[in-house]
Amino acid sequence: MNTKPTLVVIGNGMVGQHFLANLVLSPMKDEYHIVTFCEEPRPAYDRVHLSEFFSGKTAEDLSLVEPGFFEQHGITLHLGDKAVSIDRASKTVMSARGIEIAYDKLVLATGSYPFVPPVPGHDRPQCLVYRTIEDLVAMQAAAQSGKVGVVVGGGLLGLEAAKALTDLGLKTHVVEFAPRLMAVQLDEAGGALLRRKIEDLGVTVHTNKNTSLITDGENCVNKMCFADGTELETDLVLFSAGIRPRDELARLCGLDMGARGGISINNQCQTSDADIYAIGECALWNGMIYGLVAPGYAMARTVIAHLAGKYASFMGADMSTKLKLMGVDVASIGDAHAKSQGALVYSYQNDDSGIYKRLVVSQDKQFLLGAVLVGDASSYGTLLQYCLNGIELPENPETLILPASADAPVALGADALPGSAQICSCFDISKEAICQAVSAGCTTVDQLKAETKAATGCGGCASLVKSVLNAELTQQGYTVNTDLCEHFAYTRQDLFSLVKVGGIKTFADLLAQHGKGKGCEICKPAVASILASCWNDYILKPEHAHLQDTNDAFLANIQKDGTYSVVPRVAGGEITPDKLIALGQVAKKYQLYTKITGGQRVDLFGARLEQLPPIWAELIAAGFETGHAYGKSLRTVKSCVGSVWCRYGVDDSAALAIELENRYKGLRSPHKLKFGVSGCTRECAEAQSKDIGVIATENGWNLYVCGNGGMRPRHADLFATALDKATLIQYIDRLLGFYVRTADRLQRTSVWLEALEGGLGYLKAVVIDDKLGICGQLEEHIQQVVDSYQCEWQTTLQDEDKLKRFRHFVNSDRSDDNVVFVEERGQLRPADANERKHYQIVETV
Amino acid sequence: MTTWQTVCEVTDLQADAGVCALVDGVQVAIFYLPAEAAVFALGNYDPLADANVLARGIIGDIGGELVVASPLYKQHFSLSTGACLEADGVAVPVYPVRIAGAGVQVCV
Ligand code: SRM
Ligand SMILES: Cc1cc2nc3c(=O)[nH]c(=O)nc-3n(C[C@H](O)[C@H](O)[C@H](O)COP(=O)(O)OP(=O)(O)OC[C@H]3O[C@@H](n4cnc5c(N)ncnc54)[C@H](O)[C@@H]3O)c2cc1C
Ligand code: SF4
Ligand code: FES
Repeated sequence: MNTKPTLVVIGNGMVGQHFLANLVLSPMKDEYHIVTFCEEPRPAYDRVHLSEFFSGKTAEDLSLVEPGFFEQHGITLHLGDKAVSIDRASKTVMSARGIEIAYDKLVLATGSYPFVPPVPGHDRPQCLVYRTIEDLVAMQAAAQSGKVGVVVGGGLLGLEAAKALTDLGLKTHVVEFAPRLMAVQLDEAGGALLRRKIEDLGVTVHTNKNTSLITDGENCVNKMCFADGTELETDLVLFSAGIRPRDELARLCGLDMGARGGISINNQCQTSDADIYAIGECALWNGMIYGLVAPGYAMARTVIAHLAGKYASFMGADMSTKLKLMGVDVASIGDAHAKSQGALVYSYQNDDSGIYKRLVVSQDKQFLLGAVLVGDASSYGTLLQYCLNGIELPENPETLILPASADAPVALGADALPGSAQICSCFDISKEAICQAVSAGCTTVDQLKAETKAATGCGGCASLVKSVLNAELTQQGYTVNTDLCEHFAYTRQDLFSLVKVGGIKTFADLLAQHGKGKGCEICKPAVASILASCWNDYILKPEHAHLQDTNDAFLANIQKDGTYSVVPRVAGGEITPDKLIALGQVAKKYQLYTKITGGQRVDLFGARLEQLPPIWAELIAAGFETGHAYGKSLRTVKSCVGSVWCRYGVDDSAALAIELENRYKGLRSPHKLKFGVSGCTRECAEAQSKDIGVIATENGWNLYVCGNGGMRPRHADLFATALDKATLIQYIDRLLGFYVRTADRLQRTSVWLEALEGGLGYLKAVVIDDKLGICGQLEEHIQQVVDSYQCEWQTTLQDEDKLKRFRHFVNSDRSDDNVVFVEERGQLRPADANERKHYQIVETV
Repeated sequence: MTTWQTVCEVTDLQADAGVCALVDGVQVAIFYLPAEAAVFALGNYDPLADANVLARGIIGDIGGELVVASPLYKQHFSLSTGACLEADGVAVPVYPVRIAGAGVQVCV
């Protein structure tokens, strides 16, 4: 028989599971026989990321329970069974299925339920809430037959729900009782800006609306009637009007409750019965119910410590939050409403770029009390640290929210934080704990995540965790291994200097002098790129050909089926009708799938290896040249039509784009390069998302640098203003020369700048003021590359020997029979595995 | 049983890289390391990418083992055993191959 005391946990939600997961890590796990009741049909899952269910995450993906967790730790799980009563006299819990368990200690982790206002009709069909996976399945089903959805409640959750409804394809409305959105977190100006941004996304926002009735709709399933007499037809109604603690069990067994609900707990999370604890959203501490997961986790840890007889207290939690709501960054820190006595407010509002920031500062201007950020929350981490750790503010606190200028204080460095600073609030991980993990051998973010769990909750702390890690690695004298690969114990920068200074012209020489082994698919293309940057040789020369990455090796982009795509250069996106026709003729002749790219040119897909030379021969005859879509080199210079046609244009952006594209085409660099040139600030060429962006102004060209689209978009920084063309080109030459020299392998300019010590200010000093005295060399280097440009396809076609590479078989003219196309929307596309099987059968018959 | 077939000339090979030969209907990737006068032959089909592309990969060594990196998703296949270094249990066939005079011979 079981002689251990029994610990019963009611509720296996986020907090209940956090409690169990931490309990089994503590010595207390051997002291108790552990039983848990889970009302839902599945054990705990990640409610915080619930909406990702709509973007394809499955219930399993969202699970917070490692497979085999309960069995492995001997925890009895009653799945799909709800605790219905607690008898405190006999210390037993009774479940809906009639299971009765005697407890020694009891933990209530029953969470909360969505509040549904008691409006007549609130229980009509398709009136739903947003809390469980089952709720989401119901939303999906309702959305399938409907067209319109209304979210009741414009708070954090309501806006997240609105995003879910738009993603489900519904015309979405948000109805809010208060005069503004996110009334709890945002002030009036912040709320107004958020509203505008959300309306821009096609969601209609109704504030000051009080729903009085839901009834039959005429065109939709439901009709909402408001107190002001207006009406709104909708198929789906989603209530997101706040949460209410699930305290019914506690109420029934006579535990102390708050006047407006919630199970009262003390600092040790004990209820009025010392053997019963309450944690998470069902618990009321100091008159507060916390609707966030981090405070619940802190309560769970407190209980474990208390069970172990240690002194531990829950002392409230910070409610700061940072979220991306419908793509809009929103953050609120501390005393956002400036309720503290004598608080001073600084605010910055930019309606053009949709940014609002507000700082709440102590009367003596020493400390940050709170902040609101809408539209740009990049400074959240820094501001939160100022606020939580009482770090003294810079002399002019407003510099923390004003747009960066060269002399603005950079983000608070990890070094400035005290050891006790809480870095990850979800798992209560201090800077000290991270430093200890680093001492214990963690050298990457992934290792840190596995070791400490930091950054594995809401993820809001990820970038801070990374900078603490890096700072600590440096502090502890770790040399982070920056070797390119096992063949070269050098960084890319080192190798660049070795090649340049040593006048090394081939991979074989570099390997013999500075490396070992035979090389690999990392160092070979990296060195090929360095050699090309330095000497600009034809990349398919015998000594270079075998180094090239697949795409460079065949001067085309490989596709999933082993065929290639062909992208001729269309400088600035400008193309004559004759050339367009020629493109079409080639595509038609070789039956190539044809698509306009995101880079203002045309991509022809599905060319077999052996078709590349004849295709290019025809393209070159029609006046085209290679577009380097395959190279880590200049891709495109996107342009707008500019002053020649556009009624707003201030300068000839198209002409400049073409000139720039022709100047830098063929420059091999650490990663691909993209430019944009716009004819006025309307910015139709999206220059500010490019590595190099140029915008025409009345006073000359403005130069923006180091922007990025793609995986981690970054707005380009304004680098210099009112330039004439010669100076503009001079700066671009220098900047690219410096990038090619100093960047890491496959490091885009955006990441390069962020890693560059001294940042934008330093880059300006190097490029504009020639701080390092190297601008002459940089310009000369780029000029040499410009002067030695050749169209690689033209060179290739002139060399019989090179053309031999473009055969699928050395000993046969046949083509690869694994390449099979089917027709779709009037063009060919690769067959999928099934279609291919079918095709092969047909062919052999 | 093992019959050597001459599939091409040494001059058809690509130094420090691969070419593909069609041998009795089988696609064979032949890799050539002129410094060692060595040749290796693997199946050209990359089972992870479902495409006939291995001959177009970059060759090199990982911890001393000669490998080709698939051009599509960069997994490494050993030139001597055909085993994939990243995916347990995945391997491509290895074929006997030799240089005989000016010719390159393979058995499939
Ligand atoms: C064809 C195209 C998509 C389209 O149908 O429109 C395309 C296709 C590919 N892109 Fe792209 N990208 C294309 C425009 C873009 C753009 C838009 C732009 O240039 O304005 C972006 C975002 C802008 C940017 O780069 O900052 C873009 C961001 C990426 C990224 C992410 C880069 C990043 O720094 O985050 C990759 C992956 C990478 O480079 O590592 C990528 C990689 C690729 C590759 C090369 C993936 C691959 O290795 O197979 C695709 C093959 C191209 C081919 O021809 O087979 N592509 N790609 C576009 C070709 C433009 C051109 O004319 O050259
Ligand atoms: C869509 C959404 C987004 C959110 N986003 C964030 C966010 O970004 N950041 C953040 O901090 N928080 C967020 N939250 C809030 C967060 O999910 C909650 O704070 C957290 O889940 C609370 O954990 P809990 O264990 O107290 O409650 P729950 O996770 O609700 O768990 C309680 C469990 O107990 C069960 N239960 C109740 N009564 C019984 C009974 N009698 N017997 C058996 N089982 C019972 C319930 O069925 C439930 O499974 C979000 C919530 C939602 C719904
Ligand atoms: S950026 Fe300005 S000049 Fe260029 S097309 Fe747009 S509005 Fe016209
Ligand atoms: S703060 Fe949420 S994961 Fe770190």
